[in-house]
Amino acid sequence: MIIISNVHKRFGSKQVLKGINLKIYDGESLVILGPSGCGKSVLLKHVIGLMRPDSGQVLIDGEDITTFGQKRLDALRMRMGMLFQSAALFDSLNVEENVAFGLRRHTNLSDRAIHHIVSEKLEMVGLPGTNYLMPSELSGGMRKRVGLARAIAMEPEIILYDEPTTGLDPIMTSAIDELHLSLKERLGVTSIVVTHDLKSAYRVCDRIALHYGGQIVEIGTREEIINSPNPVVQQFIRGEAHGPMTLV
Amino acid sequence: MILTNIAKGLIESLGSMTILFLQTIYWTLNALRGGRFSAKNLFDQMSRIGVDSLLMVAITGFSTGAVLVVQIGYQFAQMGAQSYVGGVVSLAMARELAPILTAIVVAGRVGSAIAAEIGTMKITEQIDALETMATNPVDYLVVPRFWGCTIMLFMLTIFTNVIGMIGGSIVAIYQIGLTMVAFKDSILHMLLVQDLMGGLIKATIFGAIIAIIGCYKGFTTEGGAEGVGESTTSAVVVSIMMILAVNYFLTVGINNFNTAYLQ
Repeated sequence: MIIISNVHKRFGSKQVLKGINLKIYDGESLVILGPSGCGKSVLLKHVIGLMRPDSGQVLIDGEDITTFGQKRLDALRMRMGMLFQSAALFDSLNVEENVAFGLRRHTNLSDRAIHHIVSEKLEMVGLPGTNYLMPSELSGGMRKRVGLARAIAMEPEIILYDEPTTGLDPIMTSAIDELHLSLKERLGVTSIVVTHDLKSAYRVCDRIALHYGGQIVEIGTREEIINSPNPVVQQFIRGEAHGPMTLV
Repeated sequence: MILTNIAKGLIESLGSMTILFLQTIYWTLNALRGGRFSAKNLFDQMSRIGVDSLLMVAITGFSTGAVLVVQIGYQFAQMGAQSYVGGVVSLAMARELAPILTAIVVAGRVGSAIAAEIGTMKITEQIDALETMATNPVDYLVVPRFWGCTIMLFMLTIFTNVIGMIGGSIVAIYQIGLTMVAFKDSILHMLLVQDLMGGLIKATIFGAIIAIIGCYKGFTTEGGAEGVGESTTSAVVVSIMMILAVNYFLTVGINNFNTAYLQ
């Protein structure tokens, strides 16, 4: 279980996180919704230790990772995968080398075994036979899927998705969502998804949290969120320009 | 107030670069201890840094050697000191010109490329991606560039010396009217091993400076394409300034060492 407890984070004069509290249960898919620039990605980076909070705790299986040194953090990261908003593929490496990156660095598997795993993961994300393409030869949707193949290559227990469907067409969005659901079913992973894409959120979530103003203003199942009396929630899900939620 | 801020920024940058250098040494030792040192990565960098700089370094070395002989050749001939031309040119090349000019060429070509590559990786979250895959960016990105740059600057400086001598000898023979034997004898008579070694030690240190500054500027890139552009320019400017400043102290140190122990 992941517990985010009273996490604060400030950048210069801007307080981005103002006491975030969240619990993510094992095997659960939690979607964090919120307007652009509200700090959703910052929150996600705290969960994988890319950022440390000014105060508060991030507990994974009961251990506060904000106190971890590099070695323990690396050991934890081997159990996690992250899909970045821009996919963050390594430009100088081809698809196979990108997906195999973690396997080559952290396992003693043979080249043949690694190639087999890479091909299997690429097939899972619907990109068989793309092993030797360079990232520059891929479309946005393909890059995201390769990013996902890389994130699941080490068979992580926890996957973090940073805006997995942003910039994709509806069909590709749907394909990514289905992939997410099948991974959850097949590998039983815990996922945290940061997005502002409501349709996608409804499809993949077990629960939804709405992040606004540096805090979680509402959390619940899809139905609870849709029926929430909170005006901030209602403004967000209706996509209204005017209301208590102000544009950043 | 402005001067205070500039001084503060300078000290902070120097401190951060020193920390990056120490981290590079730590990760090098760590990789050697754990048998994880990637020779492939190192050779890739050596190839990119060295082979790709070869032509520019060759042109610079040849031109410098040739021009140097033109500048001093006639003066020396008027004084009847033609026999010193080869020696003086080789000394100037070995002690100062070859390491400095090679370093400036490499700083412009390689330092900027390192800053641009790492800067682009930073703004496209590739550095974050490395960390999420339990890979330290200094270990993966800086260590091979640091050693690639250091080793190749050493080798390129030897190359510049040789090419400079070839350029100088051609001008000396066909324009000044010296014989090849006289030019060569002059070099052998005046140029000592410590002169060459002094220049190569400088080159090696300049290589380290170029790599560390390029990587540091890459890691501190912020914003988008504009940020990458700023880092690239800054990497070249700061590297050249640092090379020129450090060169003075290295020259004094090497001269003192030679005087104390080798003469």
